[in-house]
Amino acid sequence: MRSIPRLVGARLALLLPLLALVTLVVFALAANSPFDPLLARLGSRAFSMSGSELEALRMAQGEPSVLAQWATWWGDALRGDLGVSLSLRQEVTQVIAERLPWTLLLMAVALVLAVGTGLVLGTLAAVRSGGWLDRVVTGTAYVVQASPVFWVALLGMWLFAIVLGWVPAGGLTDPGSDVVTLGALVRHLALPAVVLGLSQAPWFVLVVRDTVREELAAPYVLGAWGRGVSTPRVVVRHALRSGLLPMVTVLGVRVPELVTGAVLVETIFSWPGIASATVTAATSVDFGLLAALTVVTTVVVVLGNLAADVAYRLLDPRVGAAHE
Amino acid sequence: MRRLLPLALVTVLATAACSVSAPTQPGGGDAAETSSEGRDTDLVIALPTEPDNLNPVLGFAPHGDGKIFEGLVSINADLQPVPDLAAELPEVSEDGLTYTFTLRDDVTFHDGEPLTSADVRFTYEAALDPDLETPVRADLEALESVETPDDRTVVFHLREPYAPFVYRTTLGIVPEHLLAGEDLTSTSFNQNPVGTGPYELASWRPGEQLVLTAYEDHRDGVPQVERATFLFIEDDAARAARVAAGDVDAAVLPPALARTYADDEGWQVVTAETADFRAVAMPTEDNPVTSDPAVRLALSHALDRQAIIDGVLAGGGRPAWSPIPPEHPAYEEQAEIPFDLDGARRVLDEAGWTEGPDGVRAKDGQRAEFTLMYPAADSVRQSIALAVQSAAADIGIEVSLEGLSWEAISPRMRQDAVVFGSGAPYDPDLTLFNQFHSSQAYQGFANPGGYADEEVDRLIEEGRRTLDPDARNEIYREVQRILAEEQPWVFVAFLEHAYVIREPWTGFPDVVEPHEHGFNGGPWWDLTLLRTP
Repeated sequence: MRSIPRLVGARLALLLPLLALVTLVVFALAANSPFDPLLARLGSRAFSMSGSELEALRMAQGEPSVLAQWATWWGDALRGDLGVSLSLRQEVTQVIAERLPWTLLLMAVALVLAVGTGLVLGTLAAVRSGGWLDRVVTGTAYVVQASPVFWVALLGMWLFAIVLGWVPAGGLTDPGSDVVTLGALVRHLALPAVVLGLSQAPWFVLVVRDTVREELAAPYVLGAWGRGVSTPRVVVRHALRSGLLPMVTVLGVRVPELVTGAVLVETIFSWPGIASATVTAATSVDFGLLAALTVVTTVVVVLGNLAADVAYRLLDPRVGAAHE
Repeated sequence: MRRLLPLALVTVLATAACSVSAPTQPGGGDAAETSSEGRDTDLVIALPTEPDNLNPVLGFAPHGDGKIFEGLVSINADLQPVPDLAAELPEVSEDGLTYTFTLRDDVTFHDGEPLTSADVRFTYEAALDPDLETPVRADLEALESVETPDDRTVVFHLREPYAPFVYRTTLGIVPEHLLAGEDLTSTSFNQNPVGTGPYELASWRPGEQLVLTAYEDHRDGVPQVERATFLFIEDDAARAARVAAGDVDAAVLPPALARTYADDEGWQVVTAETADFRAVAMPTEDNPVTSDPAVRLALSHALDRQAIIDGVLAGGGRPAWSPIPPEHPAYEEQAEIPFDLDGARRVLDEAGWTEGPDGVRAKDGQRAEFTLMYPAADSVRQSIALAVQSAAADIGIEVSLEGLSWEAISPRMRQDAVVFGSGAPYDPDLTLFNQFHSSQAYQGFANPGGYADEEVDRLIEEGRRTLDPDARNEIYREVQRILAEEQPWVFVAFLEHAYVIREPWTGFPDVVEPHEHGFNGGPWWDLTLLRTP
């Protein structure tokens, strides 16, 4: 257990150089991107603008080197100044502060749903291995795994919001409401969170099913059954506990997918998270916003992995002990 | 797991890169949705696009806003400038270099402060600041300085006569008292604007919705729509779903989708004619085939524009022969080119392009072939390119198509043709000067094919100097007649914009729309006009 603080420390120490590297790559990629930031910023105005003015604007922009841009950005960032978004014409810190919480909320609820679904359905499928429930669950899991998130989102919107009318079709509140109440939030969060959770659930379902099924065949489980321990008790106390370990691994790996899935789901459901800013930042080659969003994504991914590793060690003290 | 981390990051970045390669070209549908329980003072409108910011000085509302902000003039349903913050249209000096506006004395900003000439000067001087990198600066190229002899008078001094200048004074006026000394690139005003318009911003959650409420102290009183909500739903299918779910009162939809509401009770389909043209811009100098005016004229004759509109645009459009829409008083009917395949072939025969054994014409060893580029993400332009290719084949011209990004298209426009889209119905100079004046040749997206004609140059310049409207219109009719012979661009169609609106809302003026539509355009162009019986 002593290894956990050390693990956290080591991982956090790694975070800063990692962020430096990732942002450098972003600046380099953006500089070589096929998108023309000037065209992106002007939008359709570029097509109705006199040519000489367009060329003059291009000249005025100048082109500092990638390294210089990167160094300046970090110099400011370390002083707490993330710069200005040239497309949104807003402080980047403010762009993120306004939108990130909604994204994190959506991702957290979706993750809980995905993990919960994985544990319950995966275990049931394992216990009834080969039965109809198993076949339905694994079959559905493969279908969902192969379905694009935006497609699942549109299908869910059609079924639950239009045909059944159970939940609103989008937004954070009802249209026109300035105030976010808890009730409205829960109703509006339900569908996007379920869609995002569902898109991630197959990985958890399948991995839980496989490990639990293996454990159920292990000698100690057979022994427990032989001693007359009830099936639910065997499953929960023994098999599921071992099944948690690989699932925690999957959890760490799925975090990046969760981020990109959230962007798509937000766009379909008009969820006011970072998605719209991400797309704007990338299409307008908005360096400041792009770099900041990359840092945020990297931090989320690293912390997600770290949380998974910590959970892993808590669940199984053997892990990591060999390295001490 | 540690080893998986870099891989995971690459995945994130790669996916992010893919998801952003979405088209940046406008022209996508707008959607509106039907709103809640028929509350007469509330209107919910679904749009495909969201403003980046709400500051006119930074490029918000290029043809005027009219909701949060007002300009010295606004453009009415007949496309004519009418006084808005100005008491009347400006006095223009004999030489066309000085425009003098007198402001109304009953205008206040949403915070209660009165509007003065200092606010007007501040707005225009801010837009001219090169450090701000705003596209508005380009609209004001002719403006040299702004003078304010007293609180109610604003005098604009131009560098050179520029007759359409009054169309540039739709620029929304921002309050000096809130912005003086602020850094306009990042001031919170850009998201929390204060203007003089009939609506003030109630809230804006980017990516989701923006709410406007009526400004109670506006000089014209409170309109029927007291609260307007704009929902931002980029995806056409999701927007249509929100209409079906009953979340909205009005929406922008792609024309084909909007038409499915034609028979629905409770919904009306509103379509708007536009000056939003699609045209084939031809290289007139550096391409051995398209530099021959006969080839361009023959191609124009070979296009069955109405058939293309019925097929490609599901009927949502009308034929175009120049950037000037038929509503404009300067429109020249004689410049229309009839669909005439025989005529097209005759033009080519007479110019010496004779048909070879493979069905493709040639002249002096030069095959009649050229490349037509289109932005790959734009399905409408792709279809138009295909129609042009097939029409050209009918008369023995071989067109090869290439779908590319704008970044790949722009360096090649000197040699290869491109399907272009733009347009505004207001003043002919706004389009003609950029597209056909020789000074604009090969610059940006203006005149990409390098068209240069001394007579056209002379007429366009004369049009800028001529202040009498009738004389100006005659000049632009002459320009259209020359372009009809020369066909530097082969115009195909003006696209239709389509909307669905819940009954019984009425009052949306029948207005010809520019390329841009969304928050500022569409039937909610002037929200104060909307009403229920």
